[in-house]
Amino acid sequence: MKQLLEGSLAVAEAVRLCLPQVVAAYPITPQTHIIERLAQHVANGELEAEFINAESEFGAASIVLGAVAAGARSFTATASQGLLLMTEVLYNIAGLRLPVVMICANRAVGAPINIFSDHQDSMSVRDAGWVQLYVETNQEAVDTLIQAYRIAEACGLPVMVCMDGFLLTHTFEPVDLPTQAMVDGFLPPFQFSRTLDPVRPMTLGGASEADNFQEYRAAQQAAMEDAMPVIEAFDAEFNEQFGREHGGLLQPCHLDGAETVLLGMGSLMGVVRDVVDKLRDQGQAVGALRLRCFRPFPAQALARYLASAKRIIVLEKAISIGAGGIVAAELRAALHQAGITTPVESVIGGLGGRDLTPDVIEALFQKSSENEAGATFRFAPDHKSLTRQNEEAMNNG
Amino acid sequence: MTMENKKVTDLRDIRLHGRGGQGTVSAAALLALAAFEDGFESQAFPKFGSERRGAPVEAYVRISHTVIRAHNQLYRPDAVVIQDAGLLRSEPLLEGLTPGGLIVLNAAEKPEGIDDDFRWVCLPASQIGERHIGRPLPNTVLLGALAAATEWVSLTALEQAISNHLASKGEAVVKANIEAVREGYELSKPNPP
Repeated sequence: MKQLLEGSLAVAEAVRLCLPQVVAAYPITPQTHIIERLAQHVANGELEAEFINAESEFGAASIVLGAVAAGARSFTATASQGLLLMTEVLYNIAGLRLPVVMICANRAVGAPINIFSDHQDSMSVRDAGWVQLYVETNQEAVDTLIQAYRIAEACGLPVMVCMDGFLLTHTFEPVDLPTQAMVDGFLPPFQFSRTLDPVRPMTLGGASEADNFQEYRAAQQAAMEDAMPVIEAFDAEFNEQFGREHGGLLQPCHLDGAETVLLGMGSLMGVVRDVVDKLRDQGQAVGALRLRCFRPFPAQALARYLASAKRIIVLEKAISIGAGGIVAAELRAALHQAGITTPVESVIGGLGGRDLTPDVIEALFQKSSENEAGATFRFAPDHKSLTRQNEEAMNNG
Repeated sequence: MTMENKKVTDLRDIRLHGRGGQGTVSAAALLALAAFEDGFESQAFPKFGSERRGAPVEAYVRISHTVIRAHNQLYRPDAVVIQDAGLLRSEPLLEGLTPGGLIVLNAAEKPEGIDDDFRWVCLPASQIGERHIGRPLPNTVLLGALAAATEWVSLTALEQAISNHLASKGEAVVKANIEAVREGYELSKPNPP
């Protein structure tokens, strides 16, 4: 049955249904409501888990590392500077192949200090070895969180569920929460084959030297590649059991016969869908493609979906300062590898909470506003100046 | 339920203004919950900012017959709910309000010197709230007024939303707020022609 729930509380319920034994976190806006609710559940006896209020995000990440190594399903959540403070531990969790699941309530990274949503935080740790799934709605956040434990534990990879701070975490919208029995039917109990146990002593995370370090990295890369069909299969299996699917790696929207395709991640794709529907009704051959799984990067699937597009726009909410769009650069490489020569227009927008309105999205579709000669990307137009321009054009027309 | 409610034809956008501590974000949640209770799709979200007691706060509600996919802010509200009339002096509260749009104001009467095409519903919601709740909380009174003036949500659904959403605050709080929403509703029913 659908309920109208705040996003944070909805995903907290999803976490509870996954029955983690350890929850460790340090509060940071806009993630705080998630762990507050989990702390209440533990205090009220509604979740049998250790709730550990860590002294920092570094501590929180270290606690879930140890907890999973000891065989306990675990959860943490953070955002922004908090995620960056975890960085060293994120690499260790991934290198140790520990199936930790966390939510990143996506938020800008300072300075200047800014609590609003963009993707700079999670994109900054894209190379750490975590699966990264970006969700569009709170329903998808709930469903993806449940899938995340299954993916993590099947693949021996940590999974970061990325949900836009405020835009999702603080928004009340309809969510269908599954029952405990349904989640139990999808997610088997956690059985960790390498559990640290004093009865059977072993070493986790010993040193590796030049003769085999590279092989560890190669194994991580192989596990990531192998995770792609697993992510797709679990989303399909989830659909069979729960009646909802979220596209696996990629979710197309009106790609049939689309000449212009906009690619993006996260909650901004809702407005994109509205604009695509509107432009389609006007007879324009536009479509959209939502990148749900950024790590592993589904290069071949992207090339398949975009093979017949005549114009490709990537809109992303993060910037590699000194280079430009991150998703755009990886997409260019993927298309190049597949022999596709369609140029990729890289647009960066929505930074620090800048609103991506229907006007902005429509402008990206409409104007053949290619990047200036020599530039690899451009910034999305500002919605306020765009609204003013549109109003002036209407008044003059 | 009341899907036959013809007052909501497509998408209704409501913006709520108040000060930190007046329950503006809670009011948005209650309104969205009531609309959902009535069988509509709905969405509520705060203006994304740092909450501080006394500081201006905004929250938004979308109500629709169809699934709401947008997660961006809203700029052209069909109605504005104002919990503190003093904010009219300092904040652009009426910005983007569609012509003929509704203003539900916590004040005994419409402030002087505003020349406009809007529809005003004014009532001393803080006093009414204080009488029922024991604190000058205007939020549920104004929701009752909004429901009466628009019929976008039913009084029954608002009462149900209050019962559910405020349950953790205890029966007395639920009862007081239901009385408050009812009085706001009764005071704001349009006069028969």
